[in-house]
Amino acid sequence: MDSVIRGEAYVVGDAIDTDQIIPAEHLVYSLKRPDERRLYGRYAMSGVPASGQGLPQGHVPFTALDSFRSRFTFVVAGTNFGCGSSREHAPFALAEAGARAVIAESYARIFFRNTVDGGFLIPFECIERLISRIQTGDMLELDTVQARLTNEDRGDSFTLRPLGDVARILQAGDVFAYARQAGLIPMAP
Amino acid sequence: MTITEKILASHAGRQRVTPGENIWVDVDILMTHDVCGPPTVDIFKREFGEDARVWDANRVVVMPDHYIFTANHHAHRNVQLLRTFAQEQSLPHFYDVGTPRYKGVCHVALAEEGFNRPGSLLIGTDSHTCTSGAFGMFSTGVGNTDAALIMGTGKIWLRVPDTMRFIFDGALPPYLMAKDLILAVIGDIGCDGATYRAMEFVGEAVYSLSMQERMTLTNMAIEAGGKNGVIAPDEVTVRYVRERTDAPFEEVYSDAGARYYSEHRYDVRTMEPVVAKPHRPDNKAKVSEVAGTRLDRAYVGSCTGGKLEDFEAAARILKGREVVIDTYIVPATTEIGRALHHTMHDDESLHGIFESAGCLMGQASCGACLGGPKDTFGRNMGHEVVISTTNRNFPGRMGSKQASVYLASPLTVAASALSGVITDPRTVLC
Repeated sequence: MDSVIRGEAYVVGDAIDTDQIIPAEHLVYSLKRPDERRLYGRYAMSGVPASGQGLPQGHVPFTALDSFRSRFTFVVAGTNFGCGSSREHAPFALAEAGARAVIAESYARIFFRNTVDGGFLIPFECIERLISRIQTGDMLELDTVQARLTNEDRGDSFTLRPLGDVARILQAGDVFAYARQAGLIPMAP
Repeated sequence: MTITEKILASHAGRQRVTPGENIWVDVDILMTHDVCGPPTVDIFKREFGEDARVWDANRVVVMPDHYIFTANHHAHRNVQLLRTFAQEQSLPHFYDVGTPRYKGVCHVALAEEGFNRPGSLLIGTDSHTCTSGAFGMFSTGVGNTDAALIMGTGKIWLRVPDTMRFIFDGALPPYLMAKDLILAVIGDIGCDGATYRAMEFVGEAVYSLSMQERMTLTNMAIEAGGKNGVIAPDEVTVRYVRERTDAPFEEVYSDAGARYYSEHRYDVRTMEPVVAKPHRPDNKAKVSEVAGTRLDRAYVGSCTGGKLEDFEAAARILKGREVVIDTYIVPATTEIGRALHHTMHDDESLHGIFESAGCLMGQASCGACLGGPKDTFGRNMGHEVVISTTNRNFPGRMGSKQASVYLASPLTVAASALSGVITDPRTVLC
């Protein structure tokens, strides 16, 4: 886990469920084969209705048409981000598009677990409602050690909730690396 | 301790656990399907080796159910990957597509096949795995990575949840179903009202329900963000389980002095049929408040609303009548699909009632509940307004993000199919 991550923000609203993060029709692609897995980057966040894509103005696709990578490093969301299904394809798709962290007011449980255990993204919780303080395209800097987010374009700085116990899994890389470090499973084959 | 805490403690080899602590537990059953099974197997092999064996072949259940009746070649490839893995690992509990063993929707099939046993701990790669909690057990959904770790070790870490207690007093009126009760709860506490917590359902109305109806309650715990839904076992539970398995199990009950995060009491005698309006499962309204809303189609199916009793309820209303909008009937499992032919209502089979009413009959699978490939039976493709017995209505859930989905009980869906507008089942039930 890098101590500082810098990049552009992509802002969405409340209760963005996993069908909006990656619509179910795309779940047929392999997450392993390079020619198929990049499609998850292409369709990440494509289920969000156009008016809610990239707030406040909307109509900003997360991944540009015909592209496989997003220019956005951070997803900034409201409450209950990642609710709905257990599909790990959701944090996978965001990571495959190039996102590094999510800053949300709250998360659905399984999505949060998946981001951490799979080591896909860093899921920070914000205390303020940052979707009204950050706009899509704003340049952000995240200090993962201090749990602090700076909006360089607006000169704002926000304290985030500490990651707590899950930081150890994120530091290790994923739940397998963590379990091996802790001696819970044998070293990798 | 609550029933949830007791089951977690026993599977952690502990006397006690406390809400909030993270523990490693032993898993009794791991279930996966065609969407999350192949990537789970990829991670399992990456982490444990190409020739690694699952921790216990008898405890791995593989039930393809999502993308079955489609021409999509990636979907077929994924089922083939499961087939290969089941052969490599000699998995006895693989329910292969195109064979007499094929079942359909995993959460209903787990019950039918006797994998749901009181006191046990079941993890599945699907959010609606919480359905199994109707059998007085702990069950929850996880992603591919956690499932792969279980495949290799039989273990998972869990944070012990606080428990919210939902008490339903009174005898259930004939126009209400479990779906109305759970939609009311979700509407009251919100889509994140139970996040990280267990939802325990008790009370006279709950224990008057069949196992199928109890499964509707626990099935939608996830729609309130719940980690698990649970109903302590009684003689109805034990009878259902004993008819399907000889495996041993231990009934577990919450202590009289168990600590609850909160208590929520309902008198079902004063409740009314409800819907969840677009585009959130917590967007509750009484059916009477939205009656007359124009509809394009009706859908009866899924792990939530595609069980035999859901079709019996719909048939009670559709018998001798005709639907005026496209009405899709999709049994959850092949067992239910067969039962539609030999389950009679007033001397006519349910299947016959639906055909005479002009319904469109589908095959056992998850169907259009979650959209899926473009050629999925009943999938929304445009601006349809749909009333459905399924579980989610977020934008795009049933295939098109321009469509609008109302969630309701099978009684309300059937009543609405007859008129083409949202209709209170009390107006057509005789």
